[in-house]
Amino acid sequence: MKKTLGSIYLTLVLIFMYAPIATLMILSFNSSKSRSHFGGFTLDWYIGLLENEEVMKAFQTTIILAFLSAFIATVLGTAACTGMLFMKKRSRSIIMGVTNIPMLNADIVTGVSLMLLFIAARATMGFTTVLLAHITFNIPYVILSVMPRYRELKISTYEAALDLGATPLYAFFKVVLPDLMGAILSGFIMSFTMSLDDFIITHFTQGPGFDTLSTKIYSEVKKGINPEVYALSTIMFLTILILLFLVNYRPWTKRPEGEIRVRTRKEVVVSSGNGGAV
Amino acid sequence: MRKRLVLACLLLMVSGLSGCANNDAAQNKNDNVIYVYNWGEYIDPEILTMFTEETGIEVVYDEYETNEIMYPKIKAGAVKYDLVCPSDYMIKKMIDNDLLEEINFDNVPNYVNIGEDYWDQAVSYDPDNRYSVPYVWGTVGILYNKTMVKEKVDSWAILWDPKYKDEILMQDSVRDAFMVAEKYLGYSMNTTDEDELQEAKELLQQQKSLVQAYVIDQVRDKMIGNEAAIGVIYSGEAIFTQRENPDLDYAIPKEGTALWMDSWVIPKGARHKENAEKFINYLCRPDIACLNFEYITYSTPNMPARDLIEDEDIRNSPIAFPDLSKYNLEVQVSLGEEADRHLSDLWREVKSY
Amino acid sequence: MTLSASPYILWSAGFIIIPLCLVIYYAFTDASGAFSFDNVADIISYVNIKALMLSIAFSFGATLICLIIAYPLALILSTVVSSNSSILSLLFILPMWMNSLLRTYAWQNILERKGVINGILSALSLPPLYIINKPPAILLGMVYDFLPFMILPVYNSVSRIDKDLINAAKDLGAGYRETFFRVIWPLSLPGVISGITMVFVPSLTTFVISDILGGGKILLIGNVIEQLFTQDSDWNAGAGLSVVLMVFIVISMIITSKYDREDIR
Repeated sequence: MKKTLGSIYLTLVLIFMYAPIATLMILSFNSSKSRSHFGGFTLDWYIGLLENEEVMKAFQTTIILAFLSAFIATVLGTAACTGMLFMKKRSRSIIMGVTNIPMLNADIVTGVSLMLLFIAARATMGFTTVLLAHITFNIPYVILSVMPRYRELKISTYEAALDLGATPLYAFFKVVLPDLMGAILSGFIMSFTMSLDDFIITHFTQGPGFDTLSTKIYSEVKKGINPEVYALSTIMFLTILILLFLVNYRPWTKRPEGEIRVRTRKEVVVSSGNGGAV
Repeated sequence: MRKRLVLACLLLMVSGLSGCANNDAAQNKNDNVIYVYNWGEYIDPEILTMFTEETGIEVVYDEYETNEIMYPKIKAGAVKYDLVCPSDYMIKKMIDNDLLEEINFDNVPNYVNIGEDYWDQAVSYDPDNRYSVPYVWGTVGILYNKTMVKEKVDSWAILWDPKYKDEILMQDSVRDAFMVAEKYLGYSMNTTDEDELQEAKELLQQQKSLVQAYVIDQVRDKMIGNEAAIGVIYSGEAIFTQRENPDLDYAIPKEGTALWMDSWVIPKGARHKENAEKFINYLCRPDIACLNFEYITYSTPNMPARDLIEDEDIRNSPIAFPDLSKYNLEVQVSLGEEADRHLSDLWREVKSY
Repeated sequence: MTLSASPYILWSAGFIIIPLCLVIYYAFTDASGAFSFDNVADIISYVNIKALMLSIAFSFGATLICLIIAYPLALILSTVVSSNSSILSLLFILPMWMNSLLRTYAWQNILERKGVINGILSALSLPPLYIINKPPAILLGMVYDFLPFMILPVYNSVSRIDKDLINAAKDLGAGYRETFFRVIWPLSLPGVISGITMVFVPSLTTFVISDILGGGKILLIGNVIEQLFTQDSDWNAGAGLSVVLMVFIVISMIITSKYDREDIR
């Protein structure tokens, strides 16, 4: 009895979560351009998608932006963690405090503040400004994901390597980095996802002729969304769905602790906060 | 397994990167582009392609929803557009703030196609016709669904009729929304009299409980989809929506309304001014203007283009080309920075009412 | 080695600290650049205070509903056999990978007067449901968009509770209610707290959801700030309200972090 009630509840919440997604997927096969009635099944939007330069360009921009910003943020963030390890506690906690700002602040304030900066610097708004903005809000995810792992690391192996005559750099790349890889990767993936989905900060820092999928969708919400966007989102969603299930469903692989799992903002903050304060 | 994920990600990136690298390179090498900033759904996209094919000039195209959204971007100067298409009062404001470049009409020989009447109309915001070239014009009126509205529609009063609660789509742009209330009250749409403005504001606040949504471009979709009975909209949308949904009709209220005109202007400091002029000239070509009209269905000021319209009903349509003398029409003028700010404060009071 | 942190230190100075200083600078100056307290004080104007109150009310509501939905869900998920639970919990997070604007927009389709729900209702000859462009629609949008941010931390903390503790409580004669309130709830509190901040802040500051599902009829504080910047180009006023917003965020952080500490110890 309790079990059935539980499953009913689970199902209801799942329906709530997936109803909009299902709606979008159905619309991507709707031969009528109207959103209110289903005119029959069609694959036209999927075929048209390849020829729709605007949407494809927005898609490309989104992916490149997400990749570049996540990559640069990962490098900068990991380097910062390494540096912080050798700092005094005081300066370290100041830096961690600053790192928390974009994480905890409202996106709209972050976006506005960067816009004011770019305008003050007379920068031309465009890909570069958006990239800078994305890197800025991505670095904290990397730091807060890598930092706790750094603390767990046994410094003795690094010291042993040094004793055995390795240069610090060599020891870092051969001994420390491999241990950090999991945390670095999860920081990267988190950054990638955040950048992919960001609208608000991009909205304030974008320039002419520049569109990510999010800004494109926002401007189309007003005049009716092109069904090709539904098609693209369906493809993207299914790709990730399949990818994630492949990763999780292979019984012969072990899931080590700290596996790539989705961590939400505050969680990261909390875990690092605990690690940092103690 | 992590490697797989990374691999998949990498594949995605590589495909993306290669594409974008090409784009970026193309843009960097050849400066033969033009940055256009226009209203949503306000040009036939085919024309952009044709223009590029014919001239080799690449068009980077962006859209805005209201004059008020466009203005700060141009003013801040952080965004460099070569060609913008504001409405009358906004053009005046831009001229007053020294934001526009004079157009070199030697590069726009096709300007002769624009009817004399429209140049005269443009004088109200561009006194010497030096900064702007008329693109489209029209009125603001009431689009309604004949199956849902049985009575005769000829007055703004219908927008305050409780019978149509939740069936009304109101304009979401400051000037046009206030224009409706001011005209209904019998005032000028360019009033800055505080009492009249307050009265208009209160009227709009009263209306709010009846309004389904404040929208602009969405009126089109919602009216076609029978989501609402009445919408305040520009005349250009009427023919388009009627094509999709024959139950719709358009009326110009007897209290009067705005006669508006959107014109092409070149912002100060535009980096591709000559290209911009070429683009204006292209749009003034009768065949192009006609093609564009067929797509956007907003009234064209281009006389030869109008003669080219094949469908006789549309060529003589009272909606697209009304007899202006029959209506009480007024042109919106720029009220000045301070009055604008006050008006948008009042508008926010309406919206948060 | 400390050097390797310097690029980031420069970066955060340039892109975090300086921009915030700019916001504060604009907030406390007028258009001519002279010091002024008006922009911040402007929060007490009718429009702004109403928008702020509405935002606070909405984000309280959304946070509460998210918690009410997520908590039982987390409990149920934690009882599922562990090999399935990771897949199941994944299912609740997956929607985040579809563009959030698009998902919010889909609710427009579902809730519209001729939308999916009303289609179903009229097929069942039930009265139609008109909540689009009304407060419930915005609340629903917020709950929908931010629910995963609540589910995740709550689930993580609930699933980490040692089952032996629960069994011990039961052995000692505690009823279900007592076990819940004295064992499970206190132990899950850190997750609940982080869930609350994660839902509260974004729903306090959003302008997108009210834009898409509110039909322009409901102004939240985020909408006011957005309009001041993008339409009125009144940066001083916009920055002033942003500062007020930041104060509210800091207050909510202080409150929650206080609870956080007390309960961990």
